[in-house]
Amino acid sequence: MNELTRIPLAAVPDPSPVVRLRGFSRVFGDTRVLDDLDLEIAPGEFVALLGRSGSGKTTLLRTLAGLDPSVGQDLRLPGTRATVFQDARLLPWKRVWQNVVLGLGKRTRRDLAASALEEVGLGHRWDAWPLTLSGGEAQRASLARALIRKPELLLLDEPFAALDALTRIRMHALVLSLWQQHRPAVLLVTHDVEEAMALADRILVLDRGRIAAEERIGAPRGSRGSVIRSLRASLLGHLGLQTESGVYADLIGRKP
Amino acid sequence: MTTKRDVLQARWLSPVALLLLWELASRTGVIPDHILAAPSSVVRSLFGMTASGELPLNLAVSLRRAALGFAIGSSLGVVLALAAGLLRRGDALIDPIIQIKRTLPVVALTPLFIIWFGIGETTKIALIAFASMLPVYINLHQGIRGIDIRLVDAARSFGLGRAALIGNVILPGALPSLLTGLRYSLSISVLMLVIAEQVNASAGLGFMIQNARDAMRTDIIVVCLMVYALLGLAGDSLIRAIESKALAWRPTLVEA
Ligand SMILES: Nc1ncnc2c1ncn2[C@@H]1O[C@H](COP(=O)(O)OP(=O)(O)O)[C@@H](O)[C@H]1O
Ligand SMILES: [Mg+2]
Repeated sequence: MNELTRIPLAAVPDPSPVVRLRGFSRVFGDTRVLDDLDLEIAPGEFVALLGRSGSGKTTLLRTLAGLDPSVGQDLRLPGTRATVFQDARLLPWKRVWQNVVLGLGKRTRRDLAASALEEVGLGHRWDAWPLTLSGGEAQRASLARALIRKPELLLLDEPFAALDALTRIRMHALVLSLWQQHRPAVLLVTHDVEEAMALADRILVLDRGRIAAEERIGAPRGSRGSVIRSLRASLLGHLGLQTESGVYADLIGRKP
Repeated sequence: MTTKRDVLQARWLSPVALLLLWELASRTGVIPDHILAAPSSVVRSLFGMTASGELPLNLAVSLRRAALGFAIGSSLGVVLALAAGLLRRGDALIDPIIQIKRTLPVVALTPLFIIWFGIGETTKIALIAFASMLPVYINLHQGIRGIDIRLVDAARSFGLGRAALIGNVILPGALPSLLTGLRYSLSISVLMLVIAEQVNASAGLGFMIQNARDAMRTDIIVVCLMVYALLGLAGDSLIRAIESKALAWRPTLVEA
């Protein structure tokens, strides 16, 4: 029995995905938020998860973070995971560097936190109180806190949604460069189609409790201009918005 | 340079004017000594009673009552609030009883306490302890219950166990509420001290007041009232000092 299950099946694209959910369901009262959902993420893959508000993106992410009970369900998660939340969720009574090493044990040194903060461009604020940070700085600290754990799976729950446009662009670049250096598998939850198309290798659309659509982007980042239009139109279509040209202005201006 | 306007707007002006008026009224005989002693004779009595050792001795007795009662009461409040706030079974056991006790004015228990503990020190300390327990319990319990669940989730997602969660998130998060509770408890301790010392005391500020009343020495009564006020003030500044140290992370106290 055990011998057999260890042999990878031919149908599975990657022999050892870091995340694998099979027929996963999550129910709150009468509502099935996640319903018979399948998901696989390969090591080092950058996946974006799109979905309408209330479609269950956060619920799925909480499951992957190990925050919700999932007894008796078929899921495989990597040992080391780290999450960056939309609101940075730094403990306000701990200095920034103490937040970064939170839970790593007393022997974790201060300089380790300092170098992680250096890497996200926040080295000068290592000893600050979190409530004195700007939104972008707090999110950088939150990234440092995740990366210092060297996660196999990095979960990002709309981490840029609350930032202003300029800060968001900088954070996108930062996340990409950190991903390229450390190569964790990334699941980026977002409701921003542009963000998903700019950052991810693969885009999933969550709808009615399942992965309703999937788009793989072959073109490398930085030269995706030619595929963006049709991709946007198709993704918006999956989200329930019809636009032939894939242009936002046309979408809004269209007569009903 | 102080101008006429500055002087008129100074906050010390009206109390000083009142004192002068009072002194004037006493000197001219508008307020007789047996109704209310003049400020100057109050100050004279204060120095006299301090020099003779009468005031320091009785103050020490009163301080001991208040300090012991407060220490016992607030410790009890902390222990009960922790048990009720952190353990589900503790909450079911403890909270209903405290809520019942809450409806009962502690002063009303004085006759029972006298029957149980006699008219000595025990009754006085027990009354103060019993009264000062409640604010600490209620505030700390609420503080623990009101912890931001998102911070708890974040800490859990980084692998913090129950003990680490309590130490790093729940207790620091409830500390502001605890300090608020302690401040209320301190002022209630002084209030209960005044009440308890009217129960057949043979030493202490209340005892001095009773003797002064029998001798119509209003100057001594005023001195004792001043000391009561100073006790309350001292307790309040003590808590404030602790707050500004322990809650340095709070936005109002953080220097930008
Ligand atoms: N703890 C909970 N109890 C009850 N309902 C919940 C709970 N968490 C989420 N839900 C519901 O599940 C649905 C999906 O929520 P969520 O995963 O937060 O959506 P999204 O992140 O995609 O906006 C929503 O309808 C929400 O009301
Ligand atoms: Mg969400």
